[in-house]
Amino acid sequence: MPKHNTNKMQMQSNKEHDRLHKRYKSKLEKSSTGWNFAMFALVLSALFMIYPIISSLMLSTQSGKGVLYEFVGFGNIVRLVQDNNFWTALKNTSIYFVFQVPIMLTLALVIANMLNSKTLKGRGFFRTAIFLPCVTSLVAYSILFKSMFGADGIVNSTLMAVNIINEPIAWLRDPFWAKVTVIVAITWRWTGYNMIFYLAGLQNIDPYLYEAADIDGASKTRQFFHITVPLLKPIIVYTAIMSTIGTLQLFDEVVNLTSGGASTPSLNATMTLSQYIYDLSFKYVPNFGYAATVSLVVVVLIAILSLVQFKLAGDSNE
Amino acid sequence: MNRSRKIGNIGRYIFLSLAALVSIFPFIWMIIGSTNTASDITQGKLTFGTELLNNFRKLNEMVSLGTSLKNSAIIAIVSTLLLLLIASMAGYGFEIYRTKIKDKAYTLLLLTMMIPFAAIMIPLFRMFAEVKLIDSLLAVILPTIATPFMVFFFRQNTKSFSRELIQAARVDGLNEFQIFLYIYIPTMKSTYAAAGIIAFMTSWNNFLWPLIILQSEAKKTITLVISSLSSAYFPEYGVIMVAIVIATLPTILIFFLLQRYFVEGMLGSIK
Repeated sequence: MPKHNTNKMQMQSNKEHDRLHKRYKSKLEKSSTGWNFAMFALVLSALFMIYPIISSLMLSTQSGKGVLYEFVGFGNIVRLVQDNNFWTALKNTSIYFVFQVPIMLTLALVIANMLNSKTLKGRGFFRTAIFLPCVTSLVAYSILFKSMFGADGIVNSTLMAVNIINEPIAWLRDPFWAKVTVIVAITWRWTGYNMIFYLAGLQNIDPYLYEAADIDGASKTRQFFHITVPLLKPIIVYTAIMSTIGTLQLFDEVVNLTSGGASTPSLNATMTLSQYIYDLSFKYVPNFGYAATVSLVVVVLIAILSLVQFKLAGDSNE
Repeated sequence: MNRSRKIGNIGRYIFLSLAALVSIFPFIWMIIGSTNTASDITQGKLTFGTELLNNFRKLNEMVSLGTSLKNSAIIAIVSTLLLLLIASMAGYGFEIYRTKIKDKAYTLLLLTMMIPFAAIMIPLFRMFAEVKLIDSLLAVILPTIATPFMVFFFRQNTKSFSRELIQAARVDGLNEFQIFLYIYIPTMKSTYAAAGIIAFMTSWNNFLWPLIILQSEAKKTITLVISSLSSAYFPEYGVIMVAIVIATLPTILIFFLLQRYFVEGMLGSIK
């Protein structure tokens, strides 16, 4: 091989090296600029999300009242298993999401499907009206419901006027009806919210599919179950997960609907896990360690339920 | 066939009208209630009364309405502005300067979305107690500006932001932060509007964290005031309704004026 050729190669490799070096440098710059942009968000979530959750884990191994704490290892978990209040709160919370989430999502899906029809008049009005509850604060609407569901309140008098019931229902005081009231209230607040997600999803479904189904003579009901539901499945799963997470953290509604004054039911009748955690930490003599243990149950439940729902979504897709 | 379709069609209107009525009724109830006495409200009176001014006067005697509205407004405005800035910077950084390790950090950030507030409220309370920030508006604001969902929302929307615009700005001699400030922010106005509405509403309506961290009357937000009024043994519903109308008015206004952005912000998560 002639000498000058080697030189040329040498030069070329130098150039190559330079180019790589430049690329590396720009990559490095790119990397650090990006980190600068993301820094605040990362620091804040480390400080206010990740550190607290680790701290919660550590707290859950301690117990004590006020400021004196001692290490109890799994002691809190043993206490948890024997704690009737915890099981009641867990049971109530489960009742809320087992009944409320499916009722609300079905309603939202049915309404969205109706509103998606091109032949429907007044779509804008219906959509806005049904969506409107979303603008209320959880506290405000809970109190509105509390004022409507009193013993001689508007709900009882209306239901009696149209002969659905013969005597007033103790909506807020009876342990069973208090739960029903909570479920009705949450459904009122969140059905329109979920409906908007379904409406957005429905707009992405090719109208040709329905035309073809019409030609094949498939009924609207069949079309709903065989076209609409399967194609909306990712959104349905998403709303189911979000609603489940929301219901597991239920606090504002229960506290404001069923607490206070003459309408208080036996406290445990509607108590949720979040409320129990709050009470353990800030209402009774604070026991942060045990409260943290209860709060980790919520974390585990959310993780498990989300996984199950993702799995369900994945499986029937195949 | 045709006839049953017709019946189905009428059924559809009846069902939707009923749903609309149930959805709107509590709003009507709240407005009528604000003009009635507590005993009229608990007995389900459905006509306007003459108690509005009286209720309003009583409300002002019972609580410091101006202070609580001011507290709510400060918290909501400051945390919305900070959250918008921090989340949009992060979303921009993660999307435009994408690297493998950044994607990992981003995934970790998204995972924190699964952490329920109940699980971190005790350590948060203890943290703020340690630095003596209990009962301060700052303590209400700080944890709410670390919202991973907003980072996610901005990153999703940044995907459609033109890279040529960035290249052109670099050629023009703008540095990376100037590009973000002068090119990205004005271009993404509608994303900011959507995120801003959601952030404002969330903060304005927040209950649990302010309930834990704010203790003196002078620091209470309007939401806390309403809640404490209604936990009285005989709640003064007429007075409470006036307070609820006042607290809900800003959010209703925002909703009707900016409905498009509102819906966009909500749906951002499924884009």
